[in-house]
Amino acid sequence: MKKTTNRISVLKTYKLYIGGQFPRTESGRYYAALDAKGNKIANLCLASRKDCRDAIVSARNASGSWGMRAAYNRGQILYRIAEMLESRKEQFIAELVWQGLSRSAAQRETEGAIDRLIYYAGWCDKYQAIFSTVNPVASNHYNFSVCEPMGVVVLFAPESPLLGLISVLAPCIAGGNTAVVLAHQAKALAAVSLAEVLNSSDVPAGVVNILTGNNEELMPWLAEHKDVNAILYTEKEPSILTALRKKATGNLKRVIHWPIQRWLDASAQSPYRITDLQEIKTTWHPIQQIAGSGSSY
Amino acid sequence: MKPIRPAVFKPSVLAAPPVDQTGVEERAARFTKRSIKADSKMQGLLMTLSMIDLTTLEGKDTVGKVEQLCYKALHLHDKFEGVPTVAAICVYPSHVQTAKKALQGSNVKVASVATAFPAGQSSRSVKLSETKFAVEEGADEIDMVISRGAFLAGEYAYVFDEIAAVKEVCGQARLKVILETGELGSLDEVRKASQLAIAAGADFIKTSTGKIQPAATLPVTLVMLETIRDHYYKTGTMVGMKPAGGISTSKLALHYLVMLNETLGADWMHPHWFRFGASSLANNVLMQIAKEKEGCYQSPNYFSVD
Amino acid sequence: MATKNKSTIKPLRLGAGWKYAPAPESAAAAHIQDQYELFIDGKWQKPKKGTYLESINPANEKKLYRAAVATEQDVDKAVAAARKAFDKYWKKMPAKERGKYIFRIARLMQEQARELTVMETLDGGKPIRESRDFDIPLACQHFFYYAGWADKLEYAFPNRAAKPLGVAAQITPWNFPLLMAAWKIAPALATGNTVVLKPAETTSLTTLKLASIIQEADLPPGVVNILTGAGETGASLVRHPAINKIAFTGSTAVGKLIQQETADTAKKLTLELGGKAANIVFSDAPIDQAVEGVVNGIFFNQGHVCCAGSRLYVQESIAAVFIQKIKDRMATLLVGDPMDKNTDIGAINSAAQLEKINQYIRLGKKEGALHYESDARLPQKGFFCRPTLFTKVAQSSRLAQEEIFGPVLAILTFRTEEEVIEKANNTPYGLSAGVWTDKGSRIFNLSRRLKAGVVWANAYNLFDPASPFGGYKESGYGREGGWHGLHPYITF
Repeated sequence: MKKTTNRISVLKTYKLYIGGQFPRTESGRYYAALDAKGNKIANLCLASRKDCRDAIVSARNASGSWGMRAAYNRGQILYRIAEMLESRKEQFIAELVWQGLSRSAAQRETEGAIDRLIYYAGWCDKYQAIFSTVNPVASNHYNFSVCEPMGVVVLFAPESPLLGLISVLAPCIAGGNTAVVLAHQAKALAAVSLAEVLNSSDVPAGVVNILTGNNEELMPWLAEHKDVNAILYTEKEPSILTALRKKATGNLKRVIHWPIQRWLDASAQSPYRITDLQEIKTTWHPIQQIAGSGSSY
Repeated sequence: MKPIRPAVFKPSVLAAPPVDQTGVEERAARFTKRSIKADSKMQGLLMTLSMIDLTTLEGKDTVGKVEQLCYKALHLHDKFEGVPTVAAICVYPSHVQTAKKALQGSNVKVASVATAFPAGQSSRSVKLSETKFAVEEGADEIDMVISRGAFLAGEYAYVFDEIAAVKEVCGQARLKVILETGELGSLDEVRKASQLAIAAGADFIKTSTGKIQPAATLPVTLVMLETIRDHYYKTGTMVGMKPAGGISTSKLALHYLVMLNETLGADWMHPHWFRFGASSLANNVLMQIAKEKEGCYQSPNYFSVD
Repeated sequence: MATKNKSTIKPLRLGAGWKYAPAPESAAAAHIQDQYELFIDGKWQKPKKGTYLESINPANEKKLYRAAVATEQDVDKAVAAARKAFDKYWKKMPAKERGKYIFRIARLMQEQARELTVMETLDGGKPIRESRDFDIPLACQHFFYYAGWADKLEYAFPNRAAKPLGVAAQITPWNFPLLMAAWKIAPALATGNTVVLKPAETTSLTTLKLASIIQEADLPPGVVNILTGAGETGASLVRHPAINKIAFTGSTAVGKLIQQETADTAKKLTLELGGKAANIVFSDAPIDQAVEGVVNGIFFNQGHVCCAGSRLYVQESIAAVFIQKIKDRMATLLVGDPMDKNTDIGAINSAAQLEKINQYIRLGKKEGALHYESDARLPQKGFFCRPTLFTKVAQSSRLAQEEIFGPVLAILTFRTEEEVIEKANNTPYGLSAGVWTDKGSRIFNLSRRLKAGVVWANAYNLFDPASPFGGYKESGYGREGGWHGLHPYITF
């Protein structure tokens, strides 16, 4: 019988995703990604506060133009992310299985993530029609209120490695915000692979930045940074929520809490998840009175 | 020759219709949809070459550099027949004499920048004496800059008088007035500045120095062409147009010619009334001409870089 | 400088400085069959009576293809298929899956854009530049936009659960064949309805191609059915007892017939009919951009646009200058072969329509208005008309009142805001209007007081799937596009 040679596989380096690039952490530190049995699968970057700072700078640089893009265009990009994710479905299922999910649960999670992206892709050019208003003021003025993105949002990713992550990321960027994602410490593989999907989906550099690392170490740095407009937290730990609220006081960043447990539920997605990360801008403009008649709405 | 009397400023020269930027951009974009093919493409490419002001305006310019550029102006690509010379060479005043000598006997004009180019931040007397110097050295054309700071501060009479004074010193030399549209802030200001420059005596209005971004764009040029057109309808006088900076591809140059053709028409489609301020455009056009002749895409290796 | 006597100022020779060589798009991208059958229940089926209509290319009068003529029996079959598909598949399908089907259609259309573009131009005569840059991309966008609504209806209507109506009968016109099909089909499917659609008899091609795209998208059979034919087919469709909704875009005259016909039924009806839009230019308008807006408003798509700005009201103080500028712009409009990428004004859709336009031009001269047309050279064959304008038009002239549906602009002057509002509204139509002024407060006042469904301020002919479109008065009722575009296809 002919003896076959085993092919040596090429291991993937799991890096950070900042400003459309894949740098290693500037600190050079790492930690292990473990499978369900506690065996090491790969090395992940242990990001530092400086990486956090760099991610926020790149998110800020991208926020002006991302927020000003036509909503239809943002929708097209989200749809593209879904297409890319669909075409790499098997890889994501495999990574979820490594990290402890059953095959069927991993498949539900991955397909749920794809469908959720499509859901929010469709909201991009519609939430404004539902949530903005023309306000019938008493004076002769045209008065309207519209939603505007908050700017740079820090997302603390939930434990649900892919679906939970998409469920916070999609409404955030659908609404024109840019994001710095801190992946869940123990379940970070999907987040890094998602970065690769984002990078091939026409998502402009800096719109999404993804960090892996010690959540406890990095949370305070992200929460206190004065150039962040909002933070989003989804777990149920009251002490952490309190700490975030206190740290956010410095520049009055908005702290949003979505305590979602069942990510596959329809209740985990809604347009309110978009508007939770929007400001409201109201504008007044005179309406001329012609020949003595008034004009208002 | 009768001396030119400087024009007199009247505030009414600034009265202009509002300019809607979105509308201008839409009209400008429409010009880019014209598809220029076959013999009309060749015509356009050759016309483009004949309208170039081949330019060198660097601190490190030397006699040697200027002489080589002048040679290129007269011999764009001797391998091909029927290639025209460029319209002019554009240099700093200190190199006018060199250029004049190198271009002797040809139709290529010598244009000189003046008036403390590019920023224009100097005294009236310095600007006028620099202009006088360039003219005495032999410049056929003067490219001056307006005082943008004064313009933005609303000192319109000052800006006007400056142009009129420079025009007087120019004598027989033709005056191009650079508005530096990238600093003016809005198309409304571009329109006002264009009207001001024309009333003060400009033979040409020019978009940019090429030293800052943004330089020439189709929308800005369109507003200036429309100003020239309105002036023509009012007075019967023609004024020339020179977009400068950022026009480095044939495709873009042809868009400008389409715009000229459809805004001012046949009488302006001549180097006497339209110029491209460009340095690397010529080779790009030559490569396109070569593609039309040879039927395949070209490499820069086959065209001289001066 | 010397100012010449104004009468000695030579006119500008616009467009004469450089003649553009022909730049024809290749027709090879379009694979046009000799003959098309009806698309019923997911299959191509021969018409019961076996008759076909011939469709020509109006630019050269040559035959392009034959399309089946659907008779009453075919209509019956199609409606039955749509009903079955509604009950068996579409009603039961989870909304998000419905949305994904519509996304597929959008994607496939985008991928086959060039073929659709060439087909649209060959079939209807519109310039290839317009098919390429406007019709086809916007049609794709409509499917993308409405795909997203499918699973979001629970948020769209406060305290109401939106349900589909059932089977929607839809009739589309010849001026924007594919785009109008998209405007009709996309919201209908998104809200859960099934469709039987009849395109205009002179322009069936892109709708038939859409049918094959729908097949390619694997849409369940019967969800969309396409019946070609002429007026008779449309009438049979409208009369069919088993349809729940009718959506019609076309002439006001036929719209009124449909309303008559359905008056004693429970069928819901939306109509998108004719117009005679006023394009109003004030003396403080951004003049050169207003000229462009006015010119595009009437000459875009050869003036075959329901919302065309066919009445220009220009403030008297700037009228002379403004009209001269319009004429200058007209001089640069190239009339000719629609397949040439440089053509601005293509073929008139049919001999009948060209005759109608020429009738109005003769009428305008008879009424004493001053006629002007550009000196564009027209092709020898095909149906063509030069861009035309009339000045010295009175409000009471038929030229100012009746819809011409061609590249003919009626120009009237006005003095005050009050006067022009009254005159703009003085028409049985009310589809659209344009306002050109630098003053924001005036824009908001006119927007309030003009009786038109769409008001364009310092713009004209802007369309977006997110923006509702539809008329007041005899221009029809109901809206297409945006959140408002969902209403016509649902019930609570």
